[in-house]
Amino acid sequence: MSITIQHISKSFKDVVALKDVSFEVKEGELFGLIGPDGAGKTTLFRILTTLLIANEGTATVAGFDVINDYKSIRNSVGYMPGKFSLYQDLTIEENLIFFATIFGTTIEKNYDLIKDIYIQIEPFKNRRAGKLSGGMKQKLALCCALIHKPKVLFLDEPTTGVDPVSRKEFWDMLKRLQKKGITILVSTPYMDEAELCDRIAFIQDGKILEIDTPEAIVKHYPKPMYNIRSNNMYQLINSLKAYEHQHSVYPFGEFVHYTDNRLDFNPKELMLYLESKNLSEISIQITQPTIEDTFMELAK
Amino acid sequence: MSTNKVIQVDGLTKMFGDFTAVNAITFDVKKGEIFGFLGANGAGKTTAMKMLIGISNPTSGKANVAGFDVFTNAEDIKKNIGYMSQKFALYDDLTVKENITFFGGIYGLSRSKIKEKSNALIEDLGLETVANQLVGSLPLGWKQKISFSVALLHDPKIVFLDEPTGGVDPITRRQFWEMIYKAANQGTTVFVTTHYMDEAEYCDRVSIMVNGKIEALDTPKNLKTQFKAANMNDVFLKLARG
Repeated sequence: MSITIQHISKSFKDVVALKDVSFEVKEGELFGLIGPDGAGKTTLFRILTTLLIANEGTATVAGFDVINDYKSIRNSVGYMPGKFSLYQDLTIEENLIFFATIFGTTIEKNYDLIKDIYIQIEPFKNRRAGKLSGGMKQKLALCCALIHKPKVLFLDEPTTGVDPVSRKEFWDMLKRLQKKGITILVSTPYMDEAELCDRIAFIQDGKILEIDTPEAIVKHYPKPMYNIRSNNMYQLINSLKAYEHQHSVYPFGEFVHYTDNRLDFNPKELMLYLESKNLSEISIQITQPTIEDTFMELAK
Repeated sequence: MSTNKVIQVDGLTKMFGDFTAVNAITFDVKKGEIFGFLGANGAGKTTAMKMLIGISNPTSGKANVAGFDVFTNAEDIKKNIGYMSQKFALYDDLTVKENITFFGGIYGLSRSKIKEKSNALIEDLGLETVANQLVGSLPLGWKQKISFSVALLHDPKIVFLDEPTGGVDPITRRQFWEMIYKAANQGTTVFVTTHYMDEAEYCDRVSIMVNGKIEALDTPKNLKTQFKAANMNDVFLKLARG
């Protein structure tokens, strides 16, 4: 196992940040920690990277205990915090040399690991980090986290606030790093990114809601899911929420995802109800639940 | 000028030195419309939005927002619009009530109006138990909902939302959009940026900026047909790789 977490709890005064969290990440796995802002993702990352001590529980990273062997962990992991934490007054190249030196290595020694990413920012290597665009900062931070060839890479919300194109490119980079044998623990609030992980853990309010492969998690969804649309989205949502048999009503792109409380649900009945609410162009079709549906059902 | 159009933009351009951040954009937004303003990081969205809300002078072109010219009446624009961004929303060191009172005062509402609005807002959002708590102690999703309501305190004609739902959990994100629908249904125009492409589908019309230019503008349905895409994410990926 590359990461083992057993019964970790952490509180800050009277705020419980993590509550009895346990899971394992296998060697070479791309593992996603999926949950909203404030769920406890960052606290867990800080415990695993030895920057914070848990109140209860134990954890190991790359075979080392987070308390007893913290120095060995710091040499074996790369950590990219959610907040940009490089030196704004140093250039791209200076930041990279700085981090390589700290870890007793050189850019040349591990160049192959960062080459794909570094060549994209190399034309700007003399620009100060503080003057880079969001996408370039993110690439530089990833290079700095990789320069000492870590066994395990921790990425805390690397794509928050990043546009869909850059997010896709970032995930392509992660897949390539994974092929080089690096274990990756990544957190994200984007549910569509969950599908790109080998396994995911849903986390909310400091608790793990579920851990499995993305495919299996979707299969656990307990009810048939329907796509509903009509001429007026706002009226449709209000009407569905007022319907006595509704179990869940969530807008999903151009549709509303709807589940019903009854086992013998008949869409025709719902169609008549919606027509009675003066809606038109109504369509009700069965569909597959998504990871986001599953998360919302668990988080309810 | 048609009174139905609350934002009219014609050839609006912003240059920084010899860099063209916004390159002759032209579009209209109708009253009560939910208008999605999309683009990759660095495409020029924020610069364009700053010009529309009257805090950045355009280099050239024309724009009229809420009936006022961005060149000559920027101060009037500010009084007639609401604005919320992900980065700055409310004062963390003030309570929920104090924030509402503060922003009500800034928008020039009377004390009695502020009290009335404040009570209604707290009741609508179910904030009775946290009304006297510091905003800094609340979860992000709550802050964003309060922030949106505060941006609507002075009944603006248009509300500008800059990535209002970044990092917010999926349930709260949807509650937030229900608030947007409600505001639009009551006639407020909503101008919104987002990186969530499912949210792009909730908009009446969507524009996509690439390198300072608006490269596409239509209903989500028509954009999907035009770009032969299954969803808005595909539309975005096909366009924004410029």
